[in-house]
Amino acid sequence: MIPLLFVILVTVATVLLGIIATKRAQSASDFFVAGRQVSVFMNASAISGEYLSAASFMGVAGLVMRFGYDAMWYPVGYAAGYLFLLLFIAGPLRRFGAYTIPDFAEGRFDSPLFRKIAVSFVMFIGFFYTMPQMKAAGVTMGSIMQWPYWVGIVVVGAVITFNVALGGMKGITFVQAFQYWVKAFAIAVPVFVIMSVYGSYTSTLSKTAANASGFPVLVTDGTYKINGKAKAPTNVVAFQAVEADVTFKSSTVIGKVSPSRKPEAGEDALVLDAIIKAGSIPSGTTIHLVPVVVTRDGVPVEKDGKTVLTGVKLEFDEPAELALAKGLPVPNAQKNSKWLAPFGTLTSKHGYPLLYTYSLIIALICGTAGLPHILVRFYTNPDGRSAKKTTFWVMVLIGVFYFFTPIWGAVGREFIPGLYVPNKTDYVVINLPGQVPGIWGDVLKGVTSAGAFAAFMSTFSGLLVSMSGAWAHDIYGRILQPESSPTQRISAFKVAAIVIGVISMVLGLFIETFDIAMLVGWAFAIAAASYFPLLLLGAWWRGLTATGAASGMLVGGLSSLTAIILFMLSDRKVVTIADPLVKSLCEQPAIWTVPLSLLVMYVVSLATRGSIPKDVDEKMLRLHAPEGLGYSKDYISSDH
Amino acid sequence: MSNHVDQVLNPERDRALLGRVMRRQVRLSLGVASVFLGIVLLLPVFNLYYPELASQKIGGFTLTWLILGVLFYPITWGLSAIFIRKSNALEDAIERDEKSGVAH
Repeated sequence: MIPLLFVILVTVATVLLGIIATKRAQSASDFFVAGRQVSVFMNASAISGEYLSAASFMGVAGLVMRFGYDAMWYPVGYAAGYLFLLLFIAGPLRRFGAYTIPDFAEGRFDSPLFRKIAVSFVMFIGFFYTMPQMKAAGVTMGSIMQWPYWVGIVVVGAVITFNVALGGMKGITFVQAFQYWVKAFAIAVPVFVIMSVYGSYTSTLSKTAANASGFPVLVTDGTYKINGKAKAPTNVVAFQAVEADVTFKSSTVIGKVSPSRKPEAGEDALVLDAIIKAGSIPSGTTIHLVPVVVTRDGVPVEKDGKTVLTGVKLEFDEPAELALAKGLPVPNAQKNSKWLAPFGTLTSKHGYPLLYTYSLIIALICGTAGLPHILVRFYTNPDGRSAKKTTFWVMVLIGVFYFFTPIWGAVGREFIPGLYVPNKTDYVVINLPGQVPGIWGDVLKGVTSAGAFAAFMSTFSGLLVSMSGAWAHDIYGRILQPESSPTQRISAFKVAAIVIGVISMVLGLFIETFDIAMLVGWAFAIAAASYFPLLLLGAWWRGLTATGAASGMLVGGLSSLTAIILFMLSDRKVVTIADPLVKSLCEQPAIWTVPLSLLVMYVVSLATRGSIPKDVDEKMLRLHAPEGLGYSKDYISSDH
Repeated sequence: MSNHVDQVLNPERDRALLGRVMRRQVRLSLGVASVFLGIVLLLPVFNLYYPELASQKIGGFTLTWLILGVLFYPITWGLSAIFIRKSNALEDAIERDEKSGVAH
């Protein structure tokens, strides 16, 4: 009940603040770029609020809990992207004085066609990024209140659509700034309470390091609900190489039994039938699992003087309920030493840990710099100098936030390891506070639930503004009705916000089985290989042509998308990718798609040299000459 | 704006100005970026080839956890603060140089 009150509180505050801010949003420029009069601190809070999405608030802590050190590249990459924005993109883009990326695309190359391509990318990336926010809203509400999946989606979707349609960018700026502080409070304060109850960040890490070959162990007896095949890959329970009693509380069907440890080349295939067989299991069955000796040519394999053992991995076809006893080394978790050290199961899974790590870093850094809802925010600064100052404060605000996320992962691993069993480490931020005894547990859970809600709402607001803006400003105002008045464009914005809001909610309903991190990864990989090269070369190379930029964007964006879809299909066993190198390059394609996109832009631009705009030097000066020289102008403001 | 430079189109002057401005800006941006990329790209190599050093204990953290999970953020703040100061100074310098150049 208490968590629900907190969620209601943050939702009501969001609506009220939106209404108050809206009273001051009157002109078209208020709607699209908040009148360009947002103060540095307010803008930095709003950008941070918008940026820290469900993936950051819940996902990063969950990834750290699951993968350990390797997962810390995620927050690091999210934060590092901002440094790149600052160094190469923020200043020029603000000086250029366009409202949106499509404005930049058309203004830089005098190509209305290119505007259309850029708009479709805004919509495409926007929807990809919206879907995981919607899913997170649905599952969080489900987790707090046991309400059905669609309720959270409808609540978050309706509230934000209302706010955005009412006040546009100005209406949400203040709200998002408020939501940053809700999130920062929610990620930081409960952690201090939890650490005072359970032990500090460093003592938890030290304990993990001291027991290198150990695992976290279940802290209570418990029953765990496991998903069926429909929600693969979360239908897997990989037991450690220990004796364990498993009681099946409901009847279920096991699809596959295999060793938990990945066999190495030359090792014998293990026969596990004596322990447990795939097939139907009646309710109430108890099975005693034992570790299995790994053999090569019939001889036990030894490593560091110890016989290598493995547990069994069960893949369920039907949902299952397993009862496990307190003290069991928890299934699905990595060994302490692997969790704590670099190159654990996240980056080493294909056997190319360095390649995987670098590709992930590139995707996150370049993807951040290419997210449309982030870029549109830079136009809300009054000038280039304040755009830079804003970026600095954003880095401070998100850096402070991200410092706390691994603490949740580390402490959660020790104190609610039960989340590993049903593959629900994503819930650590919501569930860990509930472990604090008494009413404070509920209060803290309320705080983090409110933070999670603030996360979906603020990111969805930003996406909805950038997508509605792209529609009203770029499609309606530039392509369909170039003669429309500012008032008509505001109406178009409002209609677009409602339509896109509804589409987002409907899309959210369809993706319940998709992984939040996977969907966010798609958005990043596509943005990294399409928008980032466009902005980088568009701002820094006078020889870039419209044809070159458009072909690079399309090739980069589509090859990322293809690679990721191929990987997903192989994950679901629809297609087979035999070569682990290819598999790695499909799962994390940025390391080749970003250079490919840049290369295509370069080569095609050279081939179409003749179409470099005649006034390219003037355009480049608008991007680069300090404002005092008078080359910058508001490309759009003349017609408003 | 009161301080407009003469806005009559003058392609050669524009091109030369652009070259001067961008050269100075790109040198600064690439300089800061290379320090940063040095840290980010060398850390995985360091982890791979010096695992003992990377797992050295420092105040409860391992060295590499301390770098990635804690120190990384202040490093980005420091680099961006340096960049902003230098970039603003650079813009002032460009404005000064170009205006005095136009006046001559």
